[in-house]
Amino acid sequence: MSAATPNRINDFVIKIATVNGTGSASANGLLMKAVFRSGVPVVGKNYFPSNIQGMPTWYEIRVTRDGYRARSGTVDIMVALNAETYARDLQEVVSGGYFLYDSTWPRAALMKRDDITVLGVPFARLCNENFQGVRTRILMKNICYAGALAALCDIDLDVIRAMLAETYAKKPKLVDSNMLAIQLGYDYARANLPCPLPLRVEKMDATRGQIIIDGNTAAGLGCIYAGATVGAWYPITPSTSLMDAFKMFGDRLRVDPATGRKNYMMIQAEDELASIGMVIGANWNGARAFTATSGPGLSLMQEFLGLAYYTETPTVLFDVQRVGPSTGMPTRTQQADIRAAAYASHGDTRQVCIYPANPEECFQFALQAFDLAERLQTPVLVLSDIDIGMNDWMCPEFKWDENYVPDRGKVLDAEQLAGMEKFWRYYDHDNDGIPQRTIPGVSSRGAYFARGSGHNQYGGYTEDSRDYQLVLDRLRKKWLTAARLVPAAVIESAGQELGIVTVGSGDAPVREAIARLRSQGVHLDFMRVRGFPFGEEVERFLNEHKQNFIVEQNRDAQLRGLLTLETGVEKSRLRSILHYNGMPLAAGYVVAGVMSAVQDQARPAAQLVRP
Amino acid sequence: MSFMSKPKVAHPDLPKNALGLTRRNYEGANSTLCAGCGHDSITAAIIEACWANAVEPRNLVKLSGIGCSSKTTAYFVAGAHGFNSVHGRMPSVATGANAANRQLLYLGVSGDGDTLSIGIGQFIHAIRRNLNMVYIIENNGVYGLTKGQFSASADVGSTAKKGEVNNQAPIDPVQLALTLGASFVARSFSGDKPQLVPLIQAAMHHKGFALIDVLSPCVTFNDHEGSTRSYQYSREHYDEAVHTDFVPPSADISVEYGPGEALPVTMHDGSRIVLRKIDKDYDPINRGNALARIRERLRENEYLTGLLHISTGQPEFHELNATPDVPLNELPYAVLNPGAAALSKVLARYR
Repeated sequence: MSAATPNRINDFVIKIATVNGTGSASANGLLMKAVFRSGVPVVGKNYFPSNIQGMPTWYEIRVTRDGYRARSGTVDIMVALNAETYARDLQEVVSGGYFLYDSTWPRAALMKRDDITVLGVPFARLCNENFQGVRTRILMKNICYAGALAALCDIDLDVIRAMLAETYAKKPKLVDSNMLAIQLGYDYARANLPCPLPLRVEKMDATRGQIIIDGNTAAGLGCIYAGATVGAWYPITPSTSLMDAFKMFGDRLRVDPATGRKNYMMIQAEDELASIGMVIGANWNGARAFTATSGPGLSLMQEFLGLAYYTETPTVLFDVQRVGPSTGMPTRTQQADIRAAAYASHGDTRQVCIYPANPEECFQFALQAFDLAERLQTPVLVLSDIDIGMNDWMCPEFKWDENYVPDRGKVLDAEQLAGMEKFWRYYDHDNDGIPQRTIPGVSSRGAYFARGSGHNQYGGYTEDSRDYQLVLDRLRKKWLTAARLVPAAVIESAGQELGIVTVGSGDAPVREAIARLRSQGVHLDFMRVRGFPFGEEVERFLNEHKQNFIVEQNRDAQLRGLLTLETGVEKSRLRSILHYNGMPLAAGYVVAGVMSAVQDQARPAAQLVRP
Repeated sequence: MSFMSKPKVAHPDLPKNALGLTRRNYEGANSTLCAGCGHDSITAAIIEACWANAVEPRNLVKLSGIGCSSKTTAYFVAGAHGFNSVHGRMPSVATGANAANRQLLYLGVSGDGDTLSIGIGQFIHAIRRNLNMVYIIENNGVYGLTKGQFSASADVGSTAKKGEVNNQAPIDPVQLALTLGASFVARSFSGDKPQLVPLIQAAMHHKGFALIDVLSPCVTFNDHEGSTRSYQYSREHYDEAVHTDFVPPSADISVEYGPGEALPVTMHDGSRIVLRKIDKDYDPINRGNALARIRERLRENEYLTGLLHISTGQPEFHELNATPDVPLNELPYAVLNPGAAALSKVLARYR
């Protein structure tokens, strides 16, 4: 698609290249929300460095009248404010696109493309003439480009003005200075540039009932609504903002107005080993407790996750995945913890995992994670990623069901214990593999000794082969129960021969790819896996399709690996489309992957597709 | 060590505590440790202290890591919940459990390997948080379950069973805790029950982190000549600096002690401890002086014992976190759930 395509109203991508630590985030947020408030669907993607100040950073705003939720993979308007990345930013613009730069300094030698339009606005000069102080000038330069873009893309200044008034309600002076910066950019562009461009915003009514939020904020809010009272974690990008959100909402929604006491506790642990230990201790003692981490933290937590599995202690863990292996690229996205999470810890340990695809599922799954963890008495790992967790997503406003009651599972109270002849901690009373549990402090009759060493079904220590195996086999039975309780896969099937399967943040780009492929005559049925162990619907879908494209964001086809291990499906039915460069997946990549496979049927099916 | 189960019948004349329970009610499973293990004496002291303090069994939470010492939490108070966690990580499990319910009594039992090597990070952070718990180290200078390697508390010059000499400086949990600001620091010897029992009683009434380092000889791997953690060497080289008597809240102490060497300290719940100085140069209230004196005596190869330091009134974990008096795990969901209207209000800024 090129910028010359006739109707580009509400269908284009702006990418803004700046230096991190200069305050461009607020300008970018302002622009994105101005489009959203104009009733036009929008996608925001932040590509930031693992750094505090001075490295290149980009923000991408996709204006999408069709309401797509993934990045597009192309750039129509590049706002190039970082000289260090001019060259590559210039290359990234599609033919027929626009390149907006700060013309305070001559850059003519750098602009060597005849197929795009170069636009100059002297942002630095405008701000230097109108503002005092180095920091203010830098900040206002960002607001100034938002003004120029408003003129170029025909964004309503009244919408921007209203947003500034909301943001700085308590600092009216800032409203004035920000609005002045907007106006400077806006007026200059109107006077000197071909405003508006064909790439422009026209008001729609397609964002009613929607919000713009990131997945980590949604998950933190979900934990509050789930009734979590203890959050323990060790700071790690990109999970930190989830705990920040829990604290922010906790301070707002969980402080007793009469006493000022906090009905929650957040513990910054000394490391991830301690944070998961605290979560296990708190859950064992009857609180709803959770941690949030990312790859390196998940590695550190392995031993404790095995303890929680074997002692059957509810545990909730959010893994906001980032690029691995090792430290990897901490601010780039991937889905490369799928395997490590599924079998976290040594021995025959297996972990219940759920995979949200967007902020609304982060909110819902936070609640579900606690319910599942307590119902199943086992860890539940919620696998999000940077794309979901830290990017701004438009999604339906969360609604609260006042009838929600937390499922605390099979917890016996003092009265029930008094009526029992004997309490056996690991005995399968109900034939579903899930035993009964007691909370310390309730009754001596419920006292038991939780241990990671071999134990029998009554809770006693054992080294007896049969007694040990009875418990291990019951845990397997519980696993089969879990397959019926985790969120079912989302399936959209119309009896096609070909299926496409994805997980988590693969949802949006794969859905968009399906639409684009349809227009090219390729029809695909869709499945998004949402839980591990897999429900029976997963295997059925795979078997119903001659060929399934498995789209995921890691090198080693980890989801495909789990599907081959945990279902009876023939490997040859599963064909990978893998994306793992750290950028969020775009539909074009999926389309290309499917097309190359469809066009080249001669290739062996199991061969990996790496366009 | 015994493979026979203890008879359940108790003699009707066994003395009862305020809850009407006998010492038998505070026992646990049979010990599987070696006959003569110092740890079993500590278990007996814990049972005695729990009985004397009339601890409600269901209100006790027993926590441990991995090692011989960590097994012992199964050997006392069967009516209490216990969590035998992973090696060196008991403090984090205790922290989480305590976060969930501040009203219970948390008793952790660990060893020198569990605390001073793999678990030293969690140990010092539990002190830093002033976690309200009793933390007992059963310190034998050796790894027993893996058959006799030196631990981080082994003294320089101490020999292993097969003659190897330790040449690395020991880590002393008492000095470590004192430098970290711990508010209750004690040392004792497993063979000195009259000293140990009131220390445990006092620790249970202390608000905040209460450390008791107990020299506890390993009869199998570290009780030979040349070891500085043998029964004989320990007996000869420990000196009680301060004797502690524990006085429950209800008792009247005025008649029992005259002025002079006795120093009564009132605990947060109204109970008292009376410190009687044995070493007249020792000051258990002044942290700096205590530390200096402990070091001075260690240079002479003497372990000072007793309640080596106490400071009351330091804010503990929950006070630092401003949580309510009601345990977090008892807050009803109606209190925790902000509801639909609040959600709509919160989401306004995302519209």
